[in-house]
Amino acid sequence: MNEFDVVGKSVEKIDSLSLATGNARFTDDFRLENQLHLAILYSPHPHAEILDIDDSEARKMNGVVDILHYKNVEGVLHTTAGQGYPEPSPYDTVLFDRKVRFVGDRVALVAAEDKDIAGKAIKSIKVEYRILKPILDPEKALDKGAPRIHDGDEFTPIPVKYSPERNLAAEIEIGFGNLKKGFKEADFIVDEVYTTQFASHAAIEPHAALSYLDEQGRLVIITSTQVPFHVRRIVSMVLSIPVSRIRVIKPRIGGGFGGKQEVLLEPLVALVTLRNKRPARLVLEREEVFRSTRTRHPMRIRLKTGVGEDGRITTLKMDALLNSGAYGTHALTVLSNTGAKVLPLFNKIENVHFIGRSVYTNLPVGGAYRGYGATQGYFALNQQLDIITRKTNQDILKFLKDWHIREGETSDVFRALGEGKEGVSQIIKSCKLDECIDRGAKEINWYEKRDKKIRARGDRVKGVGVAIAMQGSGIPMVDMGSATMKMNEDGSFNLNIGATDLGTGSDTILAQIAAEVLKVPVEKIIVLSSDTDFTPFDVGAYASSTTYVSGGAVKKCAEKIKGQMLDVASGLLESKPEELIIADEKIFNKKKGKAVSFEEIAFHSLYRENQFQIQAEASHFGIESPPPFIAQFAEVEVDKRTGKVDVVKFVSAVDCGQPINPKLAEGQVEGAVINGISYALCEEYNFGSTANLLNCSFWDYKIYTTLDIPEMVTIIVESFEETGPFGAKSVGEIAINGPMPAIANAIYDATGVRLFDSPFTSEKVYNRMKEEGII
Amino acid sequence: MMEGIFRINGKEKRFTFNPRSRLLTVLRENGYTEVKEGCKEGECGACIILLDGRLVNSCQVLTASAIGKEIITVKGIGDIHSPHPIQEAFVEASAVQCGFCTPGMILSTYYLLKDNPNPKEDEIRKALDGNLCRCTGYVKIIDAVKLASRKMGEK
Repeated sequence: MNEFDVVGKSVEKIDSLSLATGNARFTDDFRLENQLHLAILYSPHPHAEILDIDDSEARKMNGVVDILHYKNVEGVLHTTAGQGYPEPSPYDTVLFDRKVRFVGDRVALVAAEDKDIAGKAIKSIKVEYRILKPILDPEKALDKGAPRIHDGDEFTPIPVKYSPERNLAAEIEIGFGNLKKGFKEADFIVDEVYTTQFASHAAIEPHAALSYLDEQGRLVIITSTQVPFHVRRIVSMVLSIPVSRIRVIKPRIGGGFGGKQEVLLEPLVALVTLRNKRPARLVLEREEVFRSTRTRHPMRIRLKTGVGEDGRITTLKMDALLNSGAYGTHALTVLSNTGAKVLPLFNKIENVHFIGRSVYTNLPVGGAYRGYGATQGYFALNQQLDIITRKTNQDILKFLKDWHIREGETSDVFRALGEGKEGVSQIIKSCKLDECIDRGAKEINWYEKRDKKIRARGDRVKGVGVAIAMQGSGIPMVDMGSATMKMNEDGSFNLNIGATDLGTGSDTILAQIAAEVLKVPVEKIIVLSSDTDFTPFDVGAYASSTTYVSGGAVKKCAEKIKGQMLDVASGLLESKPEELIIADEKIFNKKKGKAVSFEEIAFHSLYRENQFQIQAEASHFGIESPPPFIAQFAEVEVDKRTGKVDVVKFVSAVDCGQPINPKLAEGQVEGAVINGISYALCEEYNFGSTANLLNCSFWDYKIYTTLDIPEMVTIIVESFEETGPFGAKSVGEIAINGPMPAIANAIYDATGVRLFDSPFTSEKVYNRMKEEGII
Repeated sequence: MMEGIFRINGKEKRFTFNPRSRLLTVLRENGYTEVKEGCKEGECGACIILLDGRLVNSCQVLTASAIGKEIITVKGIGDIHSPHPIQEAFVEASAVQCGFCTPGMILSTYYLLKDNPNPKEDEIRKALDGNLCRCTGYVKIIDAVKLASRKMGEK
């Protein structure tokens, strides 16, 4: 076990007291004088051409200041995906188009003196539409003669397969070994189709953005974003203003989960501010968040596996169809992740083929969502393995241990499948998945419950299911984070980071990393994050990158600071730097029995001799992306009279390397698990006859509350990743991958019924039991 | 426009407001931004306040109906310099992730513990059922309520 002073300790999250006392400010909490309030007019049609917009009535209304639509705003093609440059998503979006592609697509925007006036004004804008035939079924999007959703100058900034004329937003195909040979060697084939649904991120803070001009006339944007630097770049591009004229500030943000990795509102407030020289505020209503922002991509995954009588998997073919909705944001990368984050886990399958297609439809737009395609892929694969092991009478836990990737091993998938290009080869250096499986199984009491169909009260029957998963730690050779630090007179340090804390606690764990290097309590690290004027670049909070990538930058930066302090101390102590040690905010020469305090070092360097600021900067990008691993176990009770599924206990055992802050790491797992269970059992989009979303409120789109949650156990398994800062890997996304398949497998264990189509609502489970003649 | 006096966190305040406005909006416009707007449909609990001692979603209250009443927000029970034991408990239990739901959660906890200083787990779950959180999975929030109950018992 590695001994640390600050790392591995559950120090209090540094912003938590200010949040708990209501002091901390979120985007909408900032006051602006003389501001304009914005309201958006959305399309009521899934697919239509705008023939004309008449805003004359609205313009006459008292208090209306500006109205924007395709007639007066230049259409610059871009992607709303807040990804690195050039983005692996197609440039298929303009701020205001002549065409609308889903119910909730943006048509016009009103800026007015107050919110009520803006809201009234949008209703008096007259829009003449020519209704077009929509595509509502992703299976039909590629059909010959299907209506074309994007028929302008859309393009992809990187060379990837993209055919808007066929409604194909992305396509990926990779393979190893010999699929035919693999099927030939098989004694039987398991061929199943799994489908997953739309889901909302449901961050409790709605999307919000403000903008104003500072004293110099520069544009300042305060926004609830996961990607402040990408916001700056994309706003610069879309509005044709230099990056130097834009400052983006991310204050506290009320949850993201991928939903705020999109640049949706920032160009709008910015444009209104630039046109009117007045501050602008746009805060979405909950209904607008559901209707117009982003969702988890629904997927249909067909898995075809060749299996030997001995239970060996001879071959695996994964065919994925991703419903991208009206725009192609993250259409390629979520799809590639379904292969890239799933297939390597079972690296002993010799013959593998992955084909994925993302298609445009006239439905809400998919985007980044915690798990990012891996979630959908693991839903399919973990059930398929449950089916195979049952058919071949194998102990699934033993099977999983035999087949998963291990330390010292690799997978061809790592090399073959990257973000719109080849991936990066890597050898697994830390994997404690066996221990995760063992400890999780023990906690759920696996062998006492599996296949027992234990009766509970009423007509309820119990079952247990398991799922395993991996994720990554940032995008290798792509994601970069950086940090600057300086030392103050009292031996405290400013740590400025581009990294974006969206409630995850990244400010805290990055402070812990710096504190560990410098052997100071975390209170001595003053963190400023996510202000493009004052903090160095970071790609932002996505792809499970912050701990590993930004953490790597912070560690390097703090080590440079330490080097400078040792230099100063060696002069003061008349010693060589290598004779010195750091402890208790002092630097010692033990041999000489002399010490100098951090305070003295700071004063000396700032005021006394050869004065200079002890300060440093460092950048870091991952050359690999070590996966965290997880084993998750669900115990369910299924009511045979109603089909209602209750998860009564859920166990997650995770290898995330060395947790920097164990309680915060647990919190990441717990939050992801409950989101995952809620997604598995009750979250879905219901559409009306015009493809309009019907359940766009928290009353109708149910997410889990305290009354719904099961007994939760989270086990952090001891592990150390040598390439990570102090042994750390990521933990933000991984735990959302297991709930859905583990629950599906547990439902089967209880009832003998397979759920291939999520969510597992009472109605669906009941009908499946009827179909199978169980009831 | 209407005018009215409200007693907020122990201080008298006079506001001018639209007669149709909701209390949430008026509070936020007057600087009480610790009262959060998550849905405006009475479902998420982010805008919870105590109104004459009762727990309410302020988005569901007409401002006019609250004239003359006592309003307590999360800032009214403790501040960063002298936090309430519940606020301390949320911090210590790592129950604060993004923190957007936290003011409402803390007030629901405050309301629960006022009448029931030693709640059982199912009572805690019932009391917080009106507060949505998407970050924590509620596990550490329930821990925080238990910790707060212990802390307040010691005082």
